[in-house]
Amino acid sequence: MRELVAPALAIAVCVLVGNLLILAVGQQPLEVWSVLAAGTWGNGYGIGQVLFKATPLALAGLSVAIALNAGLFNIGAEGQLSLGALATAVVGLALPRSTPWPLALFAAIGAGVIAGAVVGAIPGVLKARFGAHEVIGTIMLNFIVLALINWLVAPGRLAQPESQSTAPVIAAATIPRLSSFVPALGGSAASLAALLAVAVAWLTHFGFRRTTLGYELVAFGLRPAAAEAGGIRAGRVIVVAMALSGGVAGLVGANNVLGYKHYFEAGFSGGIGFMGLAVALLGRNHPLGILLAALLFGTLSQGALAINGVVPKELIDVLQAIVILAVVAASSDVLRRGTR
Amino acid sequence: MIGTLLLQTLALAIPYVLAALGGVFSERGGVINIALEGMLLTGAFFAALGAHAGGTTLGLVAAVGASAALAGLHGLLCVRFRADHVAAGLGINLLASGLTRFLLMACFDSASNSPMLPGMGQGVLASPMLWGTIILVALSHVALARTPFGLRLRAAGEHPQAAHSLGVPVDRVKICGVIASGALAGLGGAFLALDNHQFTAEMSAGRGYIALAAVIFGKWRPVPVAAACLLFAFADALQIELQAVLSGYKQFVQILPYALTLAVLAGFIGRSRPPAALGAR
Amino acid sequence: MSPTPLASLRAVSKSFGETRAVQGVDLDVASGEVLAVVGENGAGKSTLMRMLAGIHAPDSGQVDVAGRPLAPRPAAAIAAGIGMVHQHFMLVGRLSVAENVVLGEEPRRGFFLDLGRARAAVRELSREHGLAIDPDRLVDDLSVGERQRVEILKVLYRGTRLLVLDEPTAVLTPDESRRLITMARAFAAREGHAVVIVSHKLDEVLSVADRIVVLRRGCKVSTALRGATTAEELADAMVGRHVELPRRTAGDAPREGSALLELRGLKVRRDDGTIAVDGICLGVRGGEIVGVAGVEGNGQAELVSAVAGLARPAAGSIVLSGRDVSRLDVAERQALGLAVIHEDRQLRGLLLGLSVAESFALGRTSEWTRRGLFDRGRLAASAAAGMKRFDVRADGPTTPVAALSGGNQQKVVCAREVGRQHVVLVAAQPTRGVDIGAIEVIYRELLADRARGAAILLISADLGELRALCDRILVLYRGRIVGEATAQEASDERLGRWMTGAESVGEARDA
Repeated sequence: MRELVAPALAIAVCVLVGNLLILAVGQQPLEVWSVLAAGTWGNGYGIGQVLFKATPLALAGLSVAIALNAGLFNIGAEGQLSLGALATAVVGLALPRSTPWPLALFAAIGAGVIAGAVVGAIPGVLKARFGAHEVIGTIMLNFIVLALINWLVAPGRLAQPESQSTAPVIAAATIPRLSSFVPALGGSAASLAALLAVAVAWLTHFGFRRTTLGYELVAFGLRPAAAEAGGIRAGRVIVVAMALSGGVAGLVGANNVLGYKHYFEAGFSGGIGFMGLAVALLGRNHPLGILLAALLFGTLSQGALAINGVVPKELIDVLQAIVILAVVAASSDVLRRGTR
Repeated sequence: MIGTLLLQTLALAIPYVLAALGGVFSERGGVINIALEGMLLTGAFFAALGAHAGGTTLGLVAAVGASAALAGLHGLLCVRFRADHVAAGLGINLLASGLTRFLLMACFDSASNSPMLPGMGQGVLASPMLWGTIILVALSHVALARTPFGLRLRAAGEHPQAAHSLGVPVDRVKICGVIASGALAGLGGAFLALDNHQFTAEMSAGRGYIALAAVIFGKWRPVPVAAACLLFAFADALQIELQAVLSGYKQFVQILPYALTLAVLAGFIGRSRPPAALGAR
Repeated sequence: MSPTPLASLRAVSKSFGETRAVQGVDLDVASGEVLAVVGENGAGKSTLMRMLAGIHAPDSGQVDVAGRPLAPRPAAAIAAGIGMVHQHFMLVGRLSVAENVVLGEEPRRGFFLDLGRARAAVRELSREHGLAIDPDRLVDDLSVGERQRVEILKVLYRGTRLLVLDEPTAVLTPDESRRLITMARAFAAREGHAVVIVSHKLDEVLSVADRIVVLRRGCKVSTALRGATTAEELADAMVGRHVELPRRTAGDAPREGSALLELRGLKVRRDDGTIAVDGICLGVRGGEIVGVAGVEGNGQAELVSAVAGLARPAAGSIVLSGRDVSRLDVAERQALGLAVIHEDRQLRGLLLGLSVAESFALGRTSEWTRRGLFDRGRLAASAAAGMKRFDVRADGPTTPVAALSGGNQQKVVCAREVGRQHVVLVAAQPTRGVDIGAIEVIYRELLADRARGAAILLISADLGELRALCDRILVLYRGRIVGEATAQEASDERLGRWMTGAESVGEARDA
C-alpha cells in the first residue's frame, strides 16, 4: 500500500493545481474534467487514442527505468529515439517489396533498437572510461544527434524532394492498427505496438528478477562501491545499462515510424523522451506501475485535445509537469542514486 | 567583420554568463541546477509580460521575481524534500515550458510569440545589461570568496554536516543559493526577450544547458565560468558568421559547443572537481 | 558536589528505526571534572553525546545546561557553551583552517568576512592552549593530529565551557595523545569548565578521568570514581559477562610450504598521488594467519584495495598461488581463489536496500547461475546455510540486510567470504564495531579457515585480536613494514614503539 502513497499524492496535487488554473481562466473545473473524461475514456475512439499515446510513453518510461535501476539517469531518450526512428525508416524503405512481414518487421525494428542502443552506449562509455557524468553527457549528445539528423534528413540526402521526411516504408514492415481487429476502437491510431509495450514491460521485469545481469545492474545501482568490491565490473554495467535503455528508447522511434507515420519526419517526438522520466517515477520504477502511469499520461495528453475548446491545451503540459514535481518530491526513495 | 563578430559574441554571452553565474551559486551550495534552462525561459516570458505592461524596468523586475520564485521551488524540492536534483530540475524545466506557453495563450492569445516589445538602447555596447553583467561577475566572485554568506554556501556544498554542526542553517543557506541562481538566470532570460524585442515560445533553446556546461568548464568559479561563456558565445558567433560559407553543413558548426562540452566533461581538456557534496540529499 | 551541575541529562532515550541506541540514561557533568564515558562499540556513547551537543533530539527525557533546558539544535548547544569534537572530523577540506574555525560565527567588517581577525583569533587560541597550527593552510593538507587541533580550536573559538571529546585518541600517536590529555586536564581545571571524554581505551581513561560512566547496549550500567575501580572491573561492566574468546592454540605451528599470497615490492598511491604503501614485501603460507598492525592511515586501506583489485599498484606485484595477479580485476582474482572482508561493510560489503540473500550473492552469482538465469531458490538455501553456520540473527534470507545489527551484518559478510571457494583470505578490521558475540563467531571461523589450509592476512588495529589469532605480526608505519614479531614475542610496548615510528627493524624496512 505504501507504494501507492506517492503516486496518489502526486495526482491529488495535480488536480488541485489544475482546478486553480481552470478557475484562473474563468472556467468551471468540473466541466473541464468531464469534457476531458468524455474525450478519452468516453468512447471507443477515445480509448484507442489513449492507448496510442500511452504506447510510446510506456516504452520511454521503461527505457528510463532500466537505466535508473542501474543507478544511471538516461535523459538522452530524445536523441536515442530519433536516431532509432530514422534507422527504422531507412531500413524499412530499403527492403524489397516482396519481403515477408515477419522478416520486414524484425529488420526494421531491429535497426531502430540498435541505433538507439548505440546512441545510449556513447555516454555510457564516456562515463565508464572517462568519468563524464551521464546526465550532462546524454543532454549534450541529444543536441549533437538531433543536429546530425537535421543534416541527414534533407532533400538530396535521406529526405524526399522539397520535404523534411523520408519515403514511406514498405507495407510489410508496418504494424497493423488495433482497430482493424477491434472495430469498436473507431479508427483510432492505436496499433499492435501497444502489445509490444506490454511485452517489453514483462521482459524488463523478468530480466531484473531472474537474470544474473539484472542482479548485477540493481546491485551496482544501489551500492556501486560494494558491487565493485564484489567483482561486478562497473564499466560493463554502465555501458550495458545505457545501451539497453537506449535500445528501448529506439523502440519508441520504431513504433512511431512503423505503427503510425510509416515514414520518418524530423522533430516528431515532442519531448516524449523527457516524459519517460515522469512515467518511470510515477510508476515507481516498476514495470506494471509504468504501464499504468503511461495510461494516465496518455489520458492527459489525449484529453488536452478534447478540452482545447474550453481552456488552452497547454494546461495539460503544466499539469504533467506538476505531476512530475510532486512525484519527485514524494519519491526520493526511488531515486536513491549516488555514492552512499 | 571582426568587429561584428566580437559584438555578436558579447550579445550572445550575456544570457550565458548570467545563467552560468546562477549555476555557480546553486552548485557551490551543493544543488545541481539543470533547471537553469527553465529559469531562463521563465525570465524571458515575464520580462516580456512586464515590459508589455509597464516598460523595460518592470520587465526586469518581473523576470527576476518570477525566475527566483521558480528557483525557490527547485530549492525547496531538492533541499527540504530531499528530491533528486536532476529529476526535480527536469520537472522544473517542463513546468517552465508548459507554464510559459499556457500564459502566452492566456495573456497574449498566441501559441508562438508575444507582441513586439521596447528594447534597451542601441547595440550591445550601449546596453546597461552588458555593464551590469560585468559588475555581477565581479560581485559574485567577492560574494563567494569574501562574505560570510559565501563561506557558509561553500561549506554547505562541501560538507553540509560540518556546517550544520556549527549551527549554520544549512538548508536555508542552500535555498538562498538556489534562489540567487534563479534571480541571475531570470535576468539572463530578460536579456533574451528584450534583445529580441519579443518573447517566443521555447526561446531559451538549450542555453541553460550550455550555461551549465560553462559552470563545469570554469570549475565552479565565477570569473573562469564567465570566460567559458565567452568562449561558447564566440563559437556561436563564429557559426552564425560562417553559416553563409557553409550553407549545407551548418549543423556541423552548430554541434561545436556541445562537442566541446563533452570533451571537457570527459577530461580531454583539463579536469574539474565539483563541490564535494554536489547532489547530496 | 556543586548544587547545579554544568550539564545534566535526565532519562534520555533515542532510537534510530528499530535500534534503541540510548535508553533512559541519567548523566550529570560537574564543573571542574573530567568525566569519561566508556562502552563497547554500539553501546550508545556517541548518540548520548550528540544529544548533549544538540545534534540529536532525544525521543524522551530532557537535557539541561546550567539548570536550563537545552533546545535540540547545535546552535543552542554552542550558545550554551557546549562544544563537541566528533570522532569523524567535521571539517571542510577545501576551506582554510581559519575559515573552518570561524564558520557560522564569522568576524565581519561591514558586509565582508574579516579574515584578518579570523587569523588573529586562531593564532591567539592556539597560543593559549598549546595547539600550534597555521591558520592559512587548507584542511585537506593537514595530518590527522593537526585536524583534531582544528576541531578543538573550533569549539574553543565559540567559548566552550564543556568540551566533549568523542574517541579523541583513536587516531593519534601516543605522543599526540599525551599532549591532548594534558590540554584536556588544563581545560577542565579552569573556573566553570569541564571535559567529557568518550573512549574505549580503559588504561587511558583511568589515568585522565575523575569519574567513569559505563554504558552497555544504550543503558548506564555503572559509575565509578577514579582509584575505586580497575580496568578489569570496567571491562566486565562494558561486556556484561565474562567472555573467553577463541585463540590460536600455542604450539599449533603453521604449515610449511610456499606462500599462497605474496606481495613483492608493492607500492600504492593515494588518489592525491602521495605514496600510501611504500614497497611492501610479505608472504602468507597456507594454514597461516599473518597480522598487519598499525595506527589507522598508515597504508592499511590502500594495501587492502590493491590486493583486492580495486586499486592499481604503482609498482611491484601481487602473487596469488604463484600467479601474478597485479593486472587482473576483482572478479578474476576471486576466480583464482581470493576472498576479501573489507573494512567498511556498509560501503563495500553489503547491498543495503536489498535482502540478506542478495548481499550473500555478491561476487558469487556464478554459483547460482545457469545459462544466464539466476536461481534465487538455490541462492536462498545457500544463504540460509551460511546464516546458520555464522549464527546470523535474522528472520531469514529475505530479510532486508539493513534491518540487521552491525554484528549480524558483519557475520553475513564473513559467511559469504569464508564460504567462497578460496585459498587466500584478506580480512580488514573484521571485528570493528561489532558485539562480543559476533567477535566470538568471527574468531572461531577465521581459525577454522586457517585449519583448513587457507592463507589469511589479517589487518587490524586491535593488538589483542592480532595476538590471539596470528602466527606472525607485521607492523605498518607510513606505508612500510617497520617490524615483525611472532605472537609470543609481540608485547604491546614493542608493537607500540614500531607503530609510532619510534623504532624499526632494519631488515624489514629496507625490503
